[in-house]
Amino acid sequence: MTTEILMPALSPTMTEGNLVKWHKAEGDNIASGDVVCEIETDKATMEVEAVDEGVLGKIMVPEGTEGVLVNAVIAILLEDGEDVSAISTAISAAPAQAPVPAAAATPQAPQAPPAVPAAQALQVEAAPAVAPEPEYSGPMVNMTVREALCSAMSEEMRKDKDVFLMGEEVAQYQGAYKISQGMLDEFGAERVVDTPITEHGFAGLAVGAAYSGLKPIVEFMTFNFAMQAMDHIINSASKTLYMSGGQMSSPIVFRGANGAAARVAAQHSQCYASWYAHCPGLKVVSPWSAGDAKGLLKAAIRDPNPVIFLENEILYGQSFDVPDDPEFVLPIGKAKIERSGASVTITAFSIMVGVALEAADILAGEGIEAEVINLRSLRPLDTETIVNSVKKTNRIVTVEEGWPTCGIGSEIAAVIMEQAFDHLDAPLSRVCGVDVPMPYAANLEALALPKVHDIVAAAKAVCYA
Amino acid sequence: MSKNPFPLSKDDLLIAYRMMKTIREFEERLHVDFGRGEIPGFVHLYAGEEASAVGIMMHLNDQDQIASNHRGHGHCIAKGVDVKEMMAEIYGKVSGSCRGKGGSMHIADLSKGMMGANGILGAGSPLACGAGLAAQKLGHNGIGMSFTGDGASNQGTFLESLNLAAVWNLPVIFVVENNGYAESTSVDWAVAVDSYVDRAAGFGLPGVTVDGTEFFAVYEAAGELIKRAREGGGPSLLECKMIRFFGHFEGDAQTYKAEGENEYNRKHHDCLKIFRAHVTKAGVLSDEELDAIDTQVLALIDAAVEEAISAPLPTADDLTTDVYVSY
Repeated sequence: MTTEILMPALSPTMTEGNLVKWHKAEGDNIASGDVVCEIETDKATMEVEAVDEGVLGKIMVPEGTEGVLVNAVIAILLEDGEDVSAISTAISAAPAQAPVPAAAATPQAPQAPPAVPAAQALQVEAAPAVAPEPEYSGPMVNMTVREALCSAMSEEMRKDKDVFLMGEEVAQYQGAYKISQGMLDEFGAERVVDTPITEHGFAGLAVGAAYSGLKPIVEFMTFNFAMQAMDHIINSASKTLYMSGGQMSSPIVFRGANGAAARVAAQHSQCYASWYAHCPGLKVVSPWSAGDAKGLLKAAIRDPNPVIFLENEILYGQSFDVPDDPEFVLPIGKAKIERSGASVTITAFSIMVGVALEAADILAGEGIEAEVINLRSLRPLDTETIVNSVKKTNRIVTVEEGWPTCGIGSEIAAVIMEQAFDHLDAPLSRVCGVDVPMPYAANLEALALPKVHDIVAAAKAVCYA
Repeated sequence: MSKNPFPLSKDDLLIAYRMMKTIREFEERLHVDFGRGEIPGFVHLYAGEEASAVGIMMHLNDQDQIASNHRGHGHCIAKGVDVKEMMAEIYGKVSGSCRGKGGSMHIADLSKGMMGANGILGAGSPLACGAGLAAQKLGHNGIGMSFTGDGASNQGTFLESLNLAAVWNLPVIFVVENNGYAESTSVDWAVAVDSYVDRAAGFGLPGVTVDGTEFFAVYEAAGELIKRAREGGGPSLLECKMIRFFGHFEGDAQTYKAEGENEYNRKHHDCLKIFRAHVTKAGVLSDEELDAIDTQVLALIDAAVEEAISAPLPTADDLTTDVYVSY
């Protein structure tokens, strides 16, 4: 899969800059943390480091170019072994002056909805009655995860005047990660609302607005900063329906980047999935593809409950095919089998779905057919799809960026113990982030996160291969 | 009858007195019943502070939303929440305001504009801002009101709310009910400014301090700030200096108070006695009229307790309802 390298912002007010020099040439190998180019504004100069590893496939903006807009695609990164032909003319979210070719879509697994047997009584909690993903055979459109999120919010805001977006930098600056690009122009400052840097305050304000008849979408620049707002997310949004005896609901979406970013160290790189998934009253969703992002965000906005929507910064620039239909909405609580297989089940969510699919390719080469489940929703967790898969494969590996203790993998392990114990041919194996705060150094950071070979090794171990 | 010198009609004066008396007797009764072991958990009583809640709430309608705090019974009653449902809630019965799932610290009635008491100090302030924002966006004339004590007004969330309300010019009023003690800690020690009005000024907001034991002082100051907010004039702060007759919570030994402090305050700074003196001296209301209300209120509280005691508990099925609107 190709990855777009975007023109970064040196400061919150920067809108464009000059690309001074390329330190890498097309065809060069790039490791995470390598300096790829140098950019400048009238105030500062900065070396741009690679987030992902790969081969510099194509330089889109030659050195010496002035006035390059922030978030314009400046180069395309290829994965090792990927051909330059993977770069085709496509669309881009970036506000570049000229049309910019972008990454081609990764072919998606066929949208085979998993078999849904009749709801069964579980030992711990009743399986939610969630409708399966709607079959879709219409036209598709290629877009980035960033564009998918923007289009989901825009479509829902056109439909429902009570929906509005608020957060730091969402309006004038068009989003810290440019998710709300163009939304201020379309909806105006009444519905795309910049907030001061005051997470605790504006999260509480949004909950109060939700009690009072509005449907806020709250953007946290990243979920690391939502720690400041945790009190209102948990004590106000998630508990009030219960505490008020069903009188007061909080139709609200808290969304933003979650999980490891690149080279920003411990306070800016953490997966909060299991923190939120622990709490009754919240729904927790974490998309991988652009289709997930669009279909699930629309569902989250329509949901009458508070929904935690965990995005991933590194996925924002990746492109996927998405159903070209404003009524394409995915059910919250339904996982998706991205790749079918009979040898071992691999569960993953968010960016780890792509990593798991890569691992499945390698495993296939060794005769192991992995079934990769994109969890999509962490609360409700689609235990039915996971358990049914394990009944078929008899082996399971869980994958997440987060820490192992009390993680999503731990929860799945408990579900498998309770519901599929007799079907296991090997103990469940967890692939997690290493149990340390995220380090800064490139080599340590790479060691701290699950990699393709970790998943391959875990899958082989549970297959005794 | 002499001419009415007050800014309320005789009928409204009777309503205000009845509300204050209802709050007082509700709290006095809880104090007794808690002592008998009838009431579980944490109960924070509002007795002594009635003039603040009622002086403010006389200006509000059901569209105006208030965000209360742990000491919320007075705000609830003044905002019109049903007293019998409140009592049943505190007794943990299914007929309670929140079907027995909230208790004293979470009584809410959205239909009355009561967004809830709140067990997290300072949490109500941004919620009130959200109500103000919703009023603005939905285009109705409602306002949001935040009630915090002197202690919670040191929370970051309160200060963040002052700033947010100022930046967005929200129709929100921040009421600081300053009873001198944050739990057991003196306000003189715990607050770095002499007056909360100075704090409002730091955010560019107007602020007023009033004697919270004087119903008419609260009523007039609140009226002006509420009118200003309804007319688009934006947020403001009202500090009511008042007296809490009981401890922080029931069971508090109140060792931080001077000997005889509660008795002295009940004798000389009882907002109900002060109100009664004003209206009878002016000849607008008579002791007989007020005594009749006292009798009715006591009967109401007795009935509320009796009904609460005999009301059914929630069923086991209620345990798992109201977690999600849909799941």
